[in-house]
Amino acid sequence: MRPRPQTGRKLADLAVKVLSGVFAAVALLLLGWILYTVLQRGAAALNWAFFTELPPPPFMEGGGLANAIVGTLVITALATLIGVPLGLMTGIYLAEFGSHSWIAGPVRFVVNVLMGAPSIIIGVFVYGLIVLRFGFSGYAGAVALAILMLPVVARTSEDMLALVPNTLRESALALGAPRWRVTFGVVFRAAKAGLITGVILAVARISGETAPLLFTAVNSPFWPDSLGEPTPNLTVTIFQYAMSPYTNWQELAWGASLLITAFVLFMMLAARFVLRTRSI
Amino acid sequence: MSEISIEDVRIVPQSMPDNNKPSSAGPEKNVKISARRLEFHYGAHQALFDNNLDIITNQVTAVIGPSGCGKSTHLRTYNRIYDLYRGHRAAGEVLLDGKNILEPGQDLIELRRRVGMIFQKPTPFPMTVFENVAYGLRLHYRMSASELADRVEKALKGAALWDEVKDKLDHPGPALSGGQQQRLCIARAIAVDPEVLLMDEPTSAIDPVATAKIEDLVEDLKQQYTIVIVTHNMQQAARISDYTAFFYEGYIVEYGPTKTIFTKPTQKRTEDYITGRFG
Repeated sequence: MRPRPQTGRKLADLAVKVLSGVFAAVALLLLGWILYTVLQRGAAALNWAFFTELPPPPFMEGGGLANAIVGTLVITALATLIGVPLGLMTGIYLAEFGSHSWIAGPVRFVVNVLMGAPSIIIGVFVYGLIVLRFGFSGYAGAVALAILMLPVVARTSEDMLALVPNTLRESALALGAPRWRVTFGVVFRAAKAGLITGVILAVARISGETAPLLFTAVNSPFWPDSLGEPTPNLTVTIFQYAMSPYTNWQELAWGASLLITAFVLFMMLAARFVLRTRSI
Repeated sequence: MSEISIEDVRIVPQSMPDNNKPSSAGPEKNVKISARRLEFHYGAHQALFDNNLDIITNQVTAVIGPSGCGKSTHLRTYNRIYDLYRGHRAAGEVLLDGKNILEPGQDLIELRRRVGMIFQKPTPFPMTVFENVAYGLRLHYRMSASELADRVEKALKGAALWDEVKDKLDHPGPALSGGQQQRLCIARAIAVDPEVLLMDEPTSAIDPVATAKIEDLVEDLKQQYTIVIVTHNMQQAARISDYTAFFYEGYIVEYGPTKTIFTKPTQKRTEDYITGRFG
């Protein structure tokens, strides 16, 4: 037995280090490039009118995307109202009540598949389910986004509830608490930060979605009277305006891109913040 | 109970059950809980065999034995906390005041109000000190805010914790020290006015000073409650218990007054364990 030469190993070590470093740098560079471009082009479009006025006709200066901003906020809020309870209850079932039943495995599998389902398919599904019967509407858009949120919320809440030690459940049960009160009164509190994080991440996940809205809420250049009609929103606006030949529309699309990017970034930071604060 | 001397042994009445007959600490005593032919199964694995045990009212009964011998498993049948898990199954009888609590129709909520439990690791709920103690009270009773505050104070005093936390009732329970957390759990358990307190190695995660406090507390609590305590610590069993049951591989090898068990055990295995020859 004699020692293996060291130079080869050291060289291999160096090569792997350099290579992984280079690729990490490339990934960072791409992200930085995107962020820089969006920031540079979008910042020019953001002004008071952008937040307060309706979209202008082609080639006209001024105007904004106030209707789309409001529409996106309302659709996202409604989607959250539908998707979060569904996802939470699914997560609770998987973690607390159904964990022993034969159906939990299939449910978990379906949730995982749903998580990976292309959003355009969800859009087409809701198109067939709702739009063909009731026409394009903000409601249909919210339903499509809610379906996208469901698996994200279900998985994160299941994981977060599973992190709560069983001894905590046992001590609440040992005091004579019924199972549902153990879940909502004690386990939920213990998992609170994680559950909120899951909801925030799900909102961030849907706020940039375009495909599901393209088939459901579509878009409109006017103030929406109700969610029962085509509803203006930022992502479809970006899709349409960026493809248009009109420079003033393209500028507005850059502004909308920056707005959504900033929103998602804010949500991600909020999620990190919530997870870090150890509340009681 | 303090030191055990030879003089003590002579005056202790002896009741020496052997392996297969019902263990009894004396028929004339006031029995709170009786296990009869109790078995326990974790799925296909049987953990308890033919356990027969009488727990005496307002006395401290220690359950000792090497790891994995079924001490905790036995204790956990008394409030049926094992029900949480699939495949965990008890057979035989556990009589609480003469009524078999293993019956399928048993009201578990009422059972667990009457039989409180303290766990190995302190398990304060993620809420304030006050809310921790009020949790069980709110579950079982309707009362005014002022009465609730009184009952919480009484429970915290009963657990010898009031003086340390009276100024931080609105602090989070998990922010207390380990020993304080465990006494908070005791306060939470006694607040609902139980009859029996089950303690599953309540001091094994706690420092010696806090352990001493909890041992003193157990001495006080037995005036009002029947206490069953699982412990790995033989000195602790000798110090605080009136009766001791020695478990080995799922069987109750020996049960009787603590002084007798520790000074004149009838079974070779009990003696070997107590003298530290194994376990």
